[in-house]
Amino acid sequence: MPWCRKSRQSSKPMSVPVMAEALLKAPLLKVDGLQAWYGESHILHGVDFEIGHGELVTLLGRNGAGKTTTLKSVMGIVEKRSGSVTFEGRQLVGHPSNEIARLGIAYCPEERGIFSSLNVEENLLLPPVVKPGGMSLAEIYQLFPNLEERKRSQGTKLSGGEQQMLAIGRILRTGAPLLLLDEPTEGLAPVIVQRIGEIIRELKSRGFTILLVEQNFHFAATVADRHYVMEDGRVVDMIASADVQQNIGKLQAYLGV
Amino acid sequence: MFELLGIPPQALFGQLLLGLINGAFYAMLSLGLAVIFGMLNVINFTHGAQYMMGAFAAWLMLTILDIPFWVALVLAPIVVGLFGVVLEKVMLKRIYHLDHLYGFLLTFGLALVIEGLFQWKWGSSGAPYPSPIPGGTNLGFMFLPTYRGFVVVAALVICLVTWYGIERTRLGAYLRAATENPTLVRAFGINVPRLITLTYGLGVGLAALAGVLAAPIQQVSALMGTNLVLVVFAVVVIGGMGSIMGSIVTGFGLGLVEGLTKVFYPPASNTVIFVVMAIVLLVKPAGLFGQTK
Ligand SMILES: Nc1ncnc2c1ncn2[C@@H]1O[C@H](COP(=O)(O)OP(=O)(O)OP(=O)(O)O)[C@@H](O)[C@H]1O
Ligand SMILES: [Mg+2]
Repeated sequence: MPWCRKSRQSSKPMSVPVMAEALLKAPLLKVDGLQAWYGESHILHGVDFEIGHGELVTLLGRNGAGKTTTLKSVMGIVEKRSGSVTFEGRQLVGHPSNEIARLGIAYCPEERGIFSSLNVEENLLLPPVVKPGGMSLAEIYQLFPNLEERKRSQGTKLSGGEQQMLAIGRILRTGAPLLLLDEPTEGLAPVIVQRIGEIIRELKSRGFTILLVEQNFHFAATVADRHYVMEDGRVVDMIASADVQQNIGKLQAYLGV
Repeated sequence: MFELLGIPPQALFGQLLLGLINGAFYAMLSLGLAVIFGMLNVINFTHGAQYMMGAFAAWLMLTILDIPFWVALVLAPIVVGLFGVVLEKVMLKRIYHLDHLYGFLLTFGLALVIEGLFQWKWGSSGAPYPSPIPGGTNLGFMFLPTYRGFVVVAALVICLVTWYGIERTRLGAYLRAATENPTLVRAFGINVPRLITLTYGLGVGLAALAGVLAAPIQQVSALMGTNLVLVVFAVVVIGGMGSIMGSIVTGFGLGLVEGLTKVFYPPASNTVIFVVMAIVLLVKPAGLFGQTK
């Protein structure tokens, strides 16, 4: 019987393409029972979520819900943490941030972190390339023409919007497949928010996996596949973008808007 | 023969040269201090002792191993720099999260211990180090000992190379960025703790290099760094902590000011730098080239 042979075959070790497929189906980033502390204050109380390859997922939540802390704990910037964070199957908890970055995770902080002692181009070139396949400087300038015009200016002399573009552009060279973006639209004018939306969609179409922290829910709904909602250091809900309209009341209650 | 404001040119240019040489050492030493402070947030009071160790290393290499000056000029800073690396890894690393005061106490204590040990072993009278380039040139208005001319040029080159390395290279960009925001630089994948160790090693090596250059001019002695480092701290305060070009310009500038004071009002020559420091602190507390954060 043909199906009999088939089932026996499947009990053999997986062939390379099958294994690659299994890895692709497994989430790129999986966060399980993540807890984190700032000194003595316990901030994250068990955060769970996952992101598949090429997905764009947001973390929503009110001020102080723990969104930034979650990104910093994934990145290893918050060192006092427990639980499990795996990236491509590798455990990140217990490793320092420089090692985590080298595995292929790039971080764009809420406060942007532009260096004032570096000019725009030096800021762009600062994060080292960790994997092949990142964007070239020319491609980044193509995406952000303003940055090229001002490449010799001091990084912090740029406008808020330009600094945000610099903070995003800077991590695209590294070849990291996973981008952690913390509130890239915060405090920016509507036209610039729109431009950043276009850029984030462009990055997704180029195959980047993106974890986006947002307060601006309307913005988030236009770019993301799924949304995780955080409250008091926990993920309390998950809503797919397709279901947002049905759940609009619930979301507004979560976010207090 | 001409006279300037009643001062014989021999005296004027002689003192200016002396000022330039002193300034060269001020510049090299304050440069190392500025680099270390920027990265480690520690005011390295061991700097004078490490300068002395450079001179001693060269002297010991010559007297025991017959290693000539030009080889020691490379070897001694490496040896002393490695000593700095060990110091950072074993001791300094543990106090970064504490107040500046702890860094001051630790490095100051270390300086006393190191200088004490050298004094105990070799006394404090000092030993001469033969000039590697004896002789000189009569410039007409003054006599220029060749080695002293070499020191001024070498110090300028060392300062400019350091400036270039910090302001114009990739490693320098890491250094500047990590001085501003070490957490973020580390989250980009750079091993910042190792960068800090390297910085301290380089800063200490720079002090030792100055020490080797000083050996043929000064007596090599256990306390040769103590007085010098006091003046250098004043230079750093005047220039502004953390500015590289500021350290270089201020170092050479104050050496010249000191030299000129020796010509025009000798009694003030030992205090003039501290007077300048007081004035600068009153007018521009962050220093001439310092930025207030
Ligand atoms: N460095 C810190 N030390 C101590 N507590 C902190 C620190 N940073 C944040 N917190 C606290 O941790 C909690 C979560 O903060 P977090 O920055 O992760 O929130 P968030 O969801 O990113 O908020 P926002 O939308 O305002 O950026 C808050 O209660 C905050 O006060
Ligand atoms: Mg936040």
